[in-house]
Amino acid sequence: MKVPILKQGDYLIASVQSVLSDSDLSLLRDEIAERVGRYRSRGVIIDVTALDVIDSYAARTLKNIAQITKLRGAETVIAGIQPEVAFSMVQLGLTLDGVATALDLEEGLICLDKLTKGMINKNGG
Amino acid sequence: MADEVTVNIRLESAIVYARQKGRELAAELGFSQSELTIIATAISELARNIVDYAGNGQIIMQLIEKDGQKGIMIKAQDNGPGIPDIELAMQDGYSTGNSLGLGLPGTKRLMDEFEIDSKVGQGTTVTVIKWKRNDINFKI
Ligand SMILES: Nc1ncnc2c1ncn2[C@@H]1O[C@H](COP(=O)(O)OP(=O)(O)OP(=O)(O)O)[C@@H](O)[C@H]1O
Ligand SMILES: [Mg+2]
Repeated sequence: MKVPILKQGDYLIASVQSVLSDSDLSLLRDEIAERVGRYRSRGVIIDVTALDVIDSYAARTLKNIAQITKLRGAETVIAGIQPEVAFSMVQLGLTLDGVATALDLEEGLICLDKLTKGMINKNGG
Repeated sequence: MADEVTVNIRLESAIVYARQKGRELAAELGFSQSELTIIATAISELARNIVDYAGNGQIIMQLIEKDGQKGIMIKAQDNGPGIPDIELAMQDGYSTGNSLGLGLPGTKRLMDEFEIDSKVGQGTTVTVIKWKRNDINFKI
C-alpha cells in the first residue's frame, strides 16, 4: 500500500506521500472503505499535499471515497490541495461538490471535529 | 538537453510517467509551477484516453519555437477505434466510458492550442500546445 493510513482515535488519516497512479488511487479507495468498517471510524482525512495533479480520475476517486465512507457512517475531508493543482482543476472543469475540503491537515482535523459533531452542513445550506 | 520525448502508452502506469516526463521537458523552458501543473494535467487526460479507449498509443512531447515564441507541443496518438462524432466528444459531460466527460473539453481549456483528428477504425491524434508567456523585457 503506497499511502499509509493511520488510525487516530475515531479518525483515519491517509497521507499521500508521492504521486499516485490510477490503480494506487483505487487501492486507496478500497483500503479506506475497508478500514472505516474495521475500526468503526467516524471520520477520514486524506492529505493530498503531495499530489502533483488532480485530474478527472483522481477527482472522481476522491469523490467516490467521500460517498462510500458517508454510506459507512463516516465523514471525509480532503486536505492540502495545492494552489496550482486547484487552478488546473477549475480550468479542467472538475469540482469536488459535496466533499469537505481543508487547507491542511490541521484544518482538516478541526473540520472533521465539527462535521462529526454535526455542527457543519458541508453542502453549504 | 533533449527537446523531444516520446512515451509509449499501454499500461495505466505510463500515465504518471508521461506527465512527469512532460513536466521535466516543459521545466526546461522555465514555465511557472502553475503552468507545469496545467501541462501535466493535460498529458494525464490525453494519456488516459489512450489507455481507456484505444488500448495503446504514444505521447510525443516536443519543445517548439514559432515567431520567437517558445512552447511545448504534445501529441497524443493512437490507432484505436477513433471517435465517430468529434463535436459530441468535445462537449462537457459526454462520455462513453461512464466517466465525467471532461478530459477533451477540459484539456482544450487548459492549453493554448488544441487540435483533434480522428477517423473511425483508424485512430485518433490530439495535438495541444502551451506557449511560454514572453517575459516582459525592458530593452528598447
Ligand atoms: N483516444 C480516443 N480514442 C477513441 N475514443 C476516444 C478517445 N479519446 C476520447 N474518446 C471518446 O471521447 C469521449 C470523451 O472523452 P473525454 O476524455 O472528454 O471524456 P471521458 O474520457 O469519457 O471522461 P473523463 O476524461 O472526464 O474521465 C470518450 O468517452 C470516448 O468516447
Ligand atoms: Mg478522458
